[in-house]
Amino acid sequence: MTDQAVQGEVGRARPRKEDARLITGQTNWTDNISVNGLLHMAILRSPMAHARITRVDVSPALERPGVVAAFSGADLAEGLGSLPCAWPVTEDIVLPDHPPIAVDEVRHAGDPVALVVARDRYAAADALEAIEVDYDPLPPVLDLEAALADDSPLVHSDKGTNRCYVWPLKTGEDFDSVRRRAEVTVKRRYVHQRLIPNAMEPRAVVVTPLAASGEYTLYSATQIPHILRVMMAVVTGIPEHKIRVIAPDVGGGFGSKLQVYGEEALALAVARRIGRPVKWTESRSEGYLATHHGRGMIQDIEVAANRDGRLLGLKVDLLTDMGAYLMLVTPGIPILGAFMYPAIYKMDSYDFTCTGVFTTRTPTDAYRGAGRPEATFAIERIMDELAHELGLDPVELRRRNWIGHEEFPYTSIAGLTYDTGNYEAATEKALALFDYDKLRAEQADRNNRGDTVRLGIGVSTYTEMCGLAPSRVLRDLRYAAGGWEAASIRMLPTGKVEVITGTSPHGQGHVTSWSQIAADVLGVPFEDVEVVHGDTKAAPQGMDTYGSRSLVVGGSAVHHAAVKVVDKARKIAAHLLEASEQDLEFSGGVFSVKGSPDARKTIQEIAFETFTSHDLPDGLEPSINAEHLLDPENFSYPHGTHLCAVEVDTETGQTRIRSYVCVDDVGKVVNPTIVEGQVHGGLAQGIAQALYEEAVYDDEGNLVSGTMADYLVPSAPDLPEFTTERTETPSTTNPLGVKGVGEAGTIASTPAVVNAIVDALRPFGVNDIRMPCTPERVWRAVRSQKEA
Amino acid sequence: MTHISVKVDGTTYEDDVEPRLLLVHYLRDRLGLTGTPIGCDTSNCGACTIELDGVSVKSCSVLAVQADGSEVTTVEGLARDGELTALQRAFHEKHALQCGYCTPGMLMAARDLLREHPHPTADEIRHALEGNLCRCTGYQNIVRAVQAVSEEEVPA
Ligand code: FES
Ligand code: FES
Repeated sequence: MTDQAVQGEVGRARPRKEDARLITGQTNWTDNISVNGLLHMAILRSPMAHARITRVDVSPALERPGVVAAFSGADLAEGLGSLPCAWPVTEDIVLPDHPPIAVDEVRHAGDPVALVVARDRYAAADALEAIEVDYDPLPPVLDLEAALADDSPLVHSDKGTNRCYVWPLKTGEDFDSVRRRAEVTVKRRYVHQRLIPNAMEPRAVVVTPLAASGEYTLYSATQIPHILRVMMAVVTGIPEHKIRVIAPDVGGGFGSKLQVYGEEALALAVARRIGRPVKWTESRSEGYLATHHGRGMIQDIEVAANRDGRLLGLKVDLLTDMGAYLMLVTPGIPILGAFMYPAIYKMDSYDFTCTGVFTTRTPTDAYRGAGRPEATFAIERIMDELAHELGLDPVELRRRNWIGHEEFPYTSIAGLTYDTGNYEAATEKALALFDYDKLRAEQADRNNRGDTVRLGIGVSTYTEMCGLAPSRVLRDLRYAAGGWEAASIRMLPTGKVEVITGTSPHGQGHVTSWSQIAADVLGVPFEDVEVVHGDTKAAPQGMDTYGSRSLVVGGSAVHHAAVKVVDKARKIAAHLLEASEQDLEFSGGVFSVKGSPDARKTIQEIAFETFTSHDLPDGLEPSINAEHLLDPENFSYPHGTHLCAVEVDTETGQTRIRSYVCVDDVGKVVNPTIVEGQVHGGLAQGIAQALYEEAVYDDEGNLVSGTMADYLVPSAPDLPEFTTERTETPSTTNPLGVKGVGEAGTIASTPAVVNAIVDALRPFGVNDIRMPCTPERVWRAVRSQKEA
Repeated sequence: MTHISVKVDGTTYEDDVEPRLLLVHYLRDRLGLTGTPIGCDTSNCGACTIELDGVSVKSCSVLAVQADGSEVTTVEGLARDGELTALQRAFHEKHALQCGYCTPGMLMAARDLLREHPHPTADEIRHALEGNLCRCTGYQNIVRAVQAVSEEEVPA
């Protein structure tokens, strides 16, 4: 058995190890967890966007059957600190207090004001109705521009302003001088509607206290068990070593579970107060108010170019909606985007400013792509406008400006050094698969015939920064954590292997991919590897999963740890085979002496030798286990070209995606099946922003799209069949050559779809449609131009 | 409290339940059959889909008392003696799940489709699954999985 080790796991399209439990219902979602004496927590939330709380009386709730305790914000204030913001992007950023439960003022619909714990979830929900709260309404703050006016009502009156921060990045030649010498300039305003991330598993928390030792186990549907543990210690004052965080099966995140939420702190605080285990599970509509939103941005963007299409400069002014409070990385999201507006293009000047604005809405934070989809959207939309202005084919305009494959490594105007890439190859492949010329011919034909159903073609090229990132760079960005990742490998006496990772998956298939990586380096069968994650006791160190960092940083750490195991095993093999280390070859899990292949020891045999330790070299520790903490040397830069063809019915406004082709370059691929799946899911979310989804508020600040019945998450018939292909330029900054794939589809697809719709309607004089491009918006755009 | 008798995945349960108790909570909280998850409170997501007397229904839109005298199949009742159904195998082979939260509901809804309509087209599959949301897969691999089973001509 040990002699037939599998080779070549990396690159193999393995079905996932994870699936066995998930397809049989043997799951471990946080809401599945039950323990004796468990109490259910329910939270009363503000029905208003903005108000002073003048009275909270929880006592009537205590009369209700099954209720064990009830608390107002004031009751819980002692011993509960402010929720953290770990990314204060500027020195003078306004950092408001963010209590996990409101004490004297509510600042968005859904802000918690009181809670009950009861013996079952129905009783808890019922008892909320008995709590009495008096509010004194305050004016809501909803418009990003009006919020910055001197006379605007304030979200945080003690701060004297709704301006959270101003973050500039100006590089290269001065933009004004570039604008003067440019032959063409194009300026546009793009709006990114708020999105609700909608991981299918609602958030949930279970806390089990152990009074005697003061220990707490916190189960949470989180992407970040390690960061959460640190932050819970800070917020609640419970010593860090007394908190164990477990992220069991987590049903999707997309950034919305990259968060330190008030409910996690509240469940801990209540469990501490009453000494009983506590569970909270959000309902979907509660989650729409309480789980952070994504996007929410107004972009003013201007490009300056020559008549031949050469880009000279780019200016971007952003207003970005923080919502009512700063969550874990709220201010940093647009800053990630700041580096990506120049995208794959060369230019002489870049002038970027972001202004963060407080509003009385649910806080925003990371949502799939986090800053980079917004940036890519703006540059790819305005490139199409510039192409139109110059009478150039949009693909040709991109070709004239992109970084040539022979120019890598290339330092972009925003200061990032792209290690590798080949935009030409990805684009050529995409154009061929799409049959670009034929579709253009059909489009011209339909336009000539005045067909009521128009064809539109949208292109979007992109690069993104994944694999967050060298810790010293994060320091320069004022991000309050490192970018490293941890992996350990335990060789068990029987030759089986445990990989302990600091990444925390929620659908990405880390168990399978990490097994493939470890199996290859160690030369053991894929099936013999188990992956341990998502528990701060079992996997004590880590920086968790977000921003397509897991494979690039965490997978590379697994690789390095496995190499260390082999290096240690080599010493023991040399001793047992009475050979020098240099004379040993290691292949397929077997050490053999060069020239005498019969003298051999498998790595599993070496693992057993350390278990007995009967015959180890003098002074050697009896272990070949190894750990590696990897601080990456650079980000990674996936890229690709996406092409979308839409048919737009100009009489109904209905858009149908006719074909969608993407060619992504994510570097080396560990598991092609998983990569394809990630691309599909990303496309679905990006297309959803273009066509369907929007968190809508009314003038009072109520969330109108407050349930799944009002917020349109696309279902199977809403989405097309995708054609996904790849090119491969390995990253040179990690040993696996990988680049990250989780966000690519989302980043590239939104502009591809909107470009296609605008392209279809250009003959009507249309040059923009607000997202989501609903039939009504499309229809109105066509009509207003027709009538004009 | 109302007395009910329900056969779930082959076992009959006799229980007294509150009339307002939802079937999904009965399965999860009372019977400990947590394979069926909850994704919404508006009967939109389909995560909680089960089979009630052979027809797929969203168990968050049925009261436990309405299931009195009925037979329920959940995702936990699909594999028999460790033998996966063709549909479960296809979901695995075609990578039709990522986080897996929607998967029990998808499996139950797809079973219903294949029983009624053993050889659906891709479009028919998409329409049949309209009430089941997935946030991870973009649906394409789910469609492929269902198609694979329909080509195999074995019971789902
Ligand atoms: S939980 Fe039943 S449909 Fe969403
Ligand atoms: S696999 Fe995550 S929701 Fe479908």
